[in-house]
Amino acid sequence: MTTALTTPWARAVTRSRLFWPAVVLAALLLGNLAFTPDFFAIHLKNGHLYGSSIDILHFGAPLILVSLGMTLVIATGGIDLSVGSTVAIAGALACQHISEAADPASLGTVFGAIGIALATAVLLGTANGVLVARVGVQPIIATLILMVAGRGVAQLITDGQIITITSEPYKLIGGGYWLAMPFAILLSGLVALLTALLTRSTALGMLLESVGGNPVASRLVGIRAMRLVGLVYVFSALCAAVAGLMVSSNVSAADGNNAGLWIELDAILAVVIGGTSLNGGRFSIGGTVLGALIIQTLSTTVYTIGIPPETTLVFKAFVVIAVCLIQSPNFRAKVAKRGAGRHSGARPAPATTTTNREVGA
Amino acid sequence: MSKKAAAALVAGAMVTVLTACGSGGGGGSADKGPGHKLVVGFSQVGAESGWRTANTKSIQESAKKAGIELKFSDAQQKQENQIKAIRSFIQQKVDVIAFSPVVESGWDTVLKEAKDAKIPVILTDRAVDSKDDSLYVSFLGSDFVEEGKKAGDWLVKEYQGKSDVVNIVELQGTTGSAPANDRKAGFGDVIKADAKFKVVASQTGDFTRAKGKEVMQAFLKAQPKIDVLYAHNDDMALGAIQAIEEAGKKPGTDIKIISVDGVKDAFTAMSQGKINVDVECNPILGDQLMDLAKKVKAGEQVPKRIKTEEGVFTQDQAAAALPTRQY
Repeated sequence: MTTALTTPWARAVTRSRLFWPAVVLAALLLGNLAFTPDFFAIHLKNGHLYGSSIDILHFGAPLILVSLGMTLVIATGGIDLSVGSTVAIAGALACQHISEAADPASLGTVFGAIGIALATAVLLGTANGVLVARVGVQPIIATLILMVAGRGVAQLITDGQIITITSEPYKLIGGGYWLAMPFAILLSGLVALLTALLTRSTALGMLLESVGGNPVASRLVGIRAMRLVGLVYVFSALCAAVAGLMVSSNVSAADGNNAGLWIELDAILAVVIGGTSLNGGRFSIGGTVLGALIIQTLSTTVYTIGIPPETTLVFKAFVVIAVCLIQSPNFRAKVAKRGAGRHSGARPAPATTTTNREVGA
Repeated sequence: MSKKAAAALVAGAMVTVLTACGSGGGGGSADKGPGHKLVVGFSQVGAESGWRTANTKSIQESAKKAGIELKFSDAQQKQENQIKAIRSFIQQKVDVIAFSPVVESGWDTVLKEAKDAKIPVILTDRAVDSKDDSLYVSFLGSDFVEEGKKAGDWLVKEYQGKSDVVNIVELQGTTGSAPANDRKAGFGDVIKADAKFKVVASQTGDFTRAKGKEVMQAFLKAQPKIDVLYAHNDDMALGAIQAIEEAGKKPGTDIKIISVDGVKDAFTAMSQGKINVDVECNPILGDQLMDLAKKVKAGEQVPKRIKTEEGVFTQDQAAAALPTRQY
């Protein structure tokens, strides 16, 4: 292994921020192969692609979207806990509008529903942004307000009921297919691509990192930090709203209580697994997408290999711990040192190595 | 100026949060004057399904009809909220506390507090797992084990005289909840008598449509042959139906579906032949609960276990009952 690492290209690959998340995702997928031999099989069914890997992308699409918004918020040193509630509110508003419309299947109704949901999201995001950027409330507190109250708002909209709708055009967003692919995958992919382009091909990404790294210095050099921070919360809310449309469209129902429940935690986890620093000042769009896919693969793995529901959370916790450890350079260095110490048996082992070994055993 | 306005905004937002948290809890201590109304504190699981909403409505309407003051609190599926609500009922000195426990265990402390305050507790719909059954006066609700058995009985009858292996997948309710534990146990008890019935996969779908669909989609890929789906509630079954249809199979024909609850959406699906049988779990227990609360307050002896009346609906019966279905 050491010889492989000395070649320059291999070093470049392993040093990439995306390397370890990609390794973990690949390991999880390959692990599935051992239990389900045709895990990677994709075939056409009813004119669309069908297979476990498509499922992972499909159900992972809302999480990818929410995580994208979360990535930019975290890049500025903030956090957005309200995304789960925004998911529920967006779904509730859209389904409520469609269920009350005279013709639920008409394009006008569906675009109206989408418009209402997105406009509300802008409003909610602005509220968060104003609280954080202008008023100076700690982001975790500012967004906690909407996280708690938002779920109540969603239930008010749905009247505590699950609103069931039948609308073919609306169904497309989260449960439909386009070019044989689930539309949700294409939509999430497009948003991810645009976000990556917007932040990495322009100075926007660097400005965000600068604000996250040192807000005072950024302001002093003339970056409009306040406006930038406010905008990322609006972006985060918009992403969450589109995810909310997907979730409700996928089951053709709005569930104010359960839609997007705890998705904020999954999103934060996805962002962290993807290598974005929670302290702000550094982010990776590609890493976030990988992180979200790792989380969704984990869920699908639980279902396919049949881990009992009682132990699911423990299983997930162990995988997450493993992922975080593998990504830590300090931990890898320690493991590598231990491995090296073991090979040179002739040399008297230093005391520290021995203790390490005992701890390890 | 702008700082003041901002502060006002924050204050406004905080008030929203506070009212959201305290919904149903407010109102102060109950009026204890002569001829005062009977006050019942009720803590509901949440509004996770159409069934639950019908249950809530029934309780609220019956309380109004019976002239009972109802303090209603929604736990949003969290045990800590429910414990908080029960403690606030104790502080408000309500006459009777009724609640549907979110999960089965962990109630001893708070129920003991109620007992020490001499407030009788009635369990509705779901039971608690406690060695000390003096902690509550009565349990009013469905027999989930019985529901599981009814589901199993239908399956045994359906496959009578056939010897082929029947591959069953199960969508469990929220892990640790009484209906999930009991519906699984009752069903398992009946089908274990015959070795041809095999539960090939069993996962939780959290009683929701989205999870039901997601889990079923994974089942369809992981399991080469599925004959029967047993869902612990209608919402999961409805989600699973979408997954089955997307896999190019016919729900109700290619995969037989057994569900529990009997909500309107499921009856609609049944009338289209997508669900084969639905074991009813009756949410309309408001009248029974209010009667019980009055009796308990009057000091009458009440049975420890009261079952609600429930049936099993086949497709024809569902189609007939659909127009008059309340929930």
